Amino acid sequence: MFIYIARRIALGVSVLLVTLVVTFLIFFAGPADPAQSLCAENRCPAVKLEQIRTSMGLDRPISVQFAEYFQGLFVGRDITDGGNVNHCSAPCLGYSFHNHLQVSDEVFRRFPTTVALALLAMVVFLGVGVSLGVVAATRRGSAFDRTLVGVSQVFGAIPYIVVALLFALYFTVLYPILPQTHPFSDGFGPWIVGLIAPAIVLGLVTSTAYVRYTRAQMVDTLAQDYVRTARSKGISGRSVIYKHGLRAALSPVLTILGLDMAGLLSGTLITEQIFSVDGLGKLAITALIQTDDLPIIMGTVLLGCVIVVALNIVVDIAYSFVDPRVRLS
Amino acid sequence: MSTGTSPSGASIRDRVGSAGDVVLKVEDLSVRFASDEGPVNAVQNLSYEARLGRTLAVVGESGSGKSVSSMTLLGLHNPKRTTITGSITLDGTELVGASEETMRGLRSSSVAMVFQDPQSSLHPFFKVGKQIAEAYRAHHHVSAAVANTRAVEMLERVGIPNPARRAKQYPHEFSGGMRQRAMIALGLVNDPKLLVADEPTTALDVTVQAQILDLIKDLQQEFGSAVILITHDLAVVAEVADDILVMYAGRAVEKGLAKHVLSQPNHPYTMGLLESVPSASEEVQELRAIRGAPPSLVYLPSGCSFHPRCDYQDQVPGERCVTELPELRILPNGRQIRCHLVDPERVLSQETSR
Repeated sequence: MFIYIARRIALGVSVLLVTLVVTFLIFFAGPADPAQSLCAENRCPAVKLEQIRTSMGLDRPISVQFAEYFQGLFVGRDITDGGNVNHCSAPCLGYSFHNHLQVSDEVFRRFPTTVALALLAMVVFLGVGVSLGVVAATRRGSAFDRTLVGVSQVFGAIPYIVVALLFALYFTVLYPILPQTHPFSDGFGPWIVGLIAPAIVLGLVTSTAYVRYTRAQMVDTLAQDYVRTARSKGISGRSVIYKHGLRAALSPVLTILGLDMAGLLSGTLITEQIFSVDGLGKLAITALIQTDDLPIIMGTVLLGCVIVVALNIVVDIAYSFVDPRVRLS
Repeated sequence: MSTGTSPSGASIRDRVGSAGDVVLKVEDLSVRFASDEGPVNAVQNLSYEARLGRTLAVVGESGSGKSVSSMTLLGLHNPKRTTITGSITLDGTELVGASEETMRGLRSSSVAMVFQDPQSSLHPFFKVGKQIAEAYRAHHHVSAAVANTRAVEMLERVGIPNPARRAKQYPHEFSGGMRQRAMIALGLVNDPKLLVADEPTTALDVTVQAQILDLIKDLQQEFGSAVILITHDLAVVAEVADDILVMYAGRAVEKGLAKHVLSQPNHPYTMGLLESVPSASEEVQELRAIRGAPPSLVYLPSGCSFHPRCDYQDQVPGERCVTELPELRILPNGRQIRCHLVDPERVLSQETSR
C-alpha cells in the first residue's frame, strides 16, 4: 500500500512537471505579450515596449526564464519590478506586474474562499442528491420518483448561468433573504454566511446529477443477489437499504465526487463571478479578461492541476477503504 | 466441536418437535406477477409439505415455478407486483398475507435460504464472519463478540478450515465451494426449522458439488431441520432427497418418494427428465431430450400444459389432453400425478423396454 501510494505520488509529480512546462510554453513563449498589457491603451512606441520587456526579463532566452520560474517554485527568487526588488519566497508562482503583487499571495489569499464554497456546495449536493436518489430508487416508478427524475432533468438541462443568475437576482437582490457575500477581511462570520447563497445554487444544480446517478446505482444494487441475501437474514428494511445497498451503491459515486470536487476547488468561474465571491475563479477570470495578467492565470492553472492530481490519488486510496476487493498494488 | 459451547444453546436436543413433523404446509398456492405481456402464472394450485429431518426435492426446468414458490416462503417477492393466494403455514404461522414485520421475524430464524450463486450472494464489502454474525444478532440480543464467536463456530461446522481467520476475510478471498459453505453457515446460524436450498450446487465444480450435498445431508442429520432442495439436476435428487415434487409450468405434475419416482416415473414429463440425464455407468446410449421448450407462463397451452411436448397423448381417448387440465390424482401405488393416462406405470414401462 505504501509503495502504491509512493508510486502514485511520483506519477502525479511527473504529470505536474509536464503541465508546468506546457503551460509555461503556452503562456510565455506563445504570441501573447505581457509587455503589451502594461502599456496604456496598447499604444507604446516600440522603444518603450522593448524597455518594458527588458525590465521584466522577457528579453532573455526562454530556458533561462523557465529555470528562474522553476527555481522560484522550490526555493524562491528575487523579482525586480521597476526599481524595487521583491523577494518571492517558495512556492513562488511569479509576479503580477499589473498589480505589483506576488502571484502566490494573490492565489493563496483566495484559496480558502474557494475551498469553503466547494465544501459547502458539496454538503448540499451530497445531502440532497444522495438522499433523494435513494428515496427515488426505493420507490421506483412512484409519482415521487417520476417527478424527481423529471425535475432533475429539467434543472440539469437549463444552462447553469441562467439558473445561478435568476437565483442571485431573486434571493439576494429582489428578496434579499440570503446574505450578500463578504471578503474574508470582513471577518469569519459575514464571510462564511455570505457563501451560503452561492453554495445553495451551486449545490442544488450539481445535485441533479447526483440524484440520477445515485438512483441508478441504488436500483442496480438493490437488485443484486447479496441484497436479497441481506433481506433473507431478517434484518430491518432500513439496514438492508442503507447498510447493504447504499454502501455498495456509493462506491462508484466516489469517483464522480473526486472529479467534481477537483473542478470546484480549482475555482467556480460562473458562481464566483455572479455572486462576487472573491475566489480563485474570479481571480482567473479577471486576470484573463480584464488585465491579460499571464502570471496570475498560470498560477491558478498550476494550483488547479495540483488539486486534480491530489484528489485523484485521494479517491484511489479512499476506494481501497470502501471496496475491499480493490487492492492497492 | 460440541454443540454445548454454542452461545445460543440451541441444538437438536432442545428442539421442539421430532423428525417427521410437518413444519411447512403449502396448500393451493398460486403466485401471479404482473408483466408487460400480461399476468405471469408462475405457480398454480401447488400443495406440498416439508417435514423435519426430511429433504424434499422440487424439480423442474427453468421457469417451472420452483424458485418462485420458494421465494414466497421467505416473502422475498415484490409485494406490489405479486398476487399470492392459497395458504402457506410455517410452524403454525400463516405466511400468505402476513405483515413484513412478521416475515422479518421468521426469516433466518424459522426459514433460511441458500442461494444458487455463492459468487454474488455474499456482500463483497463485508467480512464473511460479520455477515453471519449479523443474521444471528437480528434474532438474538447478544453482543458483537458473542455473535462473532457463533459465526466462527458455524464456519467450523460447515467444514471451513481455520474458521477464526477465515471469518475475518472477505468473500472474494474464498473459493466458490468455500463461499457456498459460508452461505450454508449463514443459513443455519439461527437454527431454522426449514432450510431452502435453491440450486445450491449449480454454480459449483462437480467435485465440490458432492461435498456440498454431503454437507447439507450431514447438517440435516445434526440439526434435524426440514430441507427443501430446488434443483433441475436429477443426480442431486438421487443423492439426497427423501421426497420429490416435480413441477411443470407452475404446477405440480408428480409427487412421491424420491427413490420410487426416480426408479419408476409415473408422469411422462418426469420420464422425459430422467431420460435426458446422461449416465456415467451404463453403456453409451442415445440421450433423449424432451422435444420443444417449456411454455411461456403468460400463454399456457390449453388442457394439460405438457401436451405439446408429450409423446403419450395418443394413448388418451378423445382430445382430453388438449382440452382438459388433468387433476392431481392419487394412484393406487400412492403416487400423485397430474396426467390423463389411465395406467401410466404400464404405459411408461412399455416405453422403456421398447
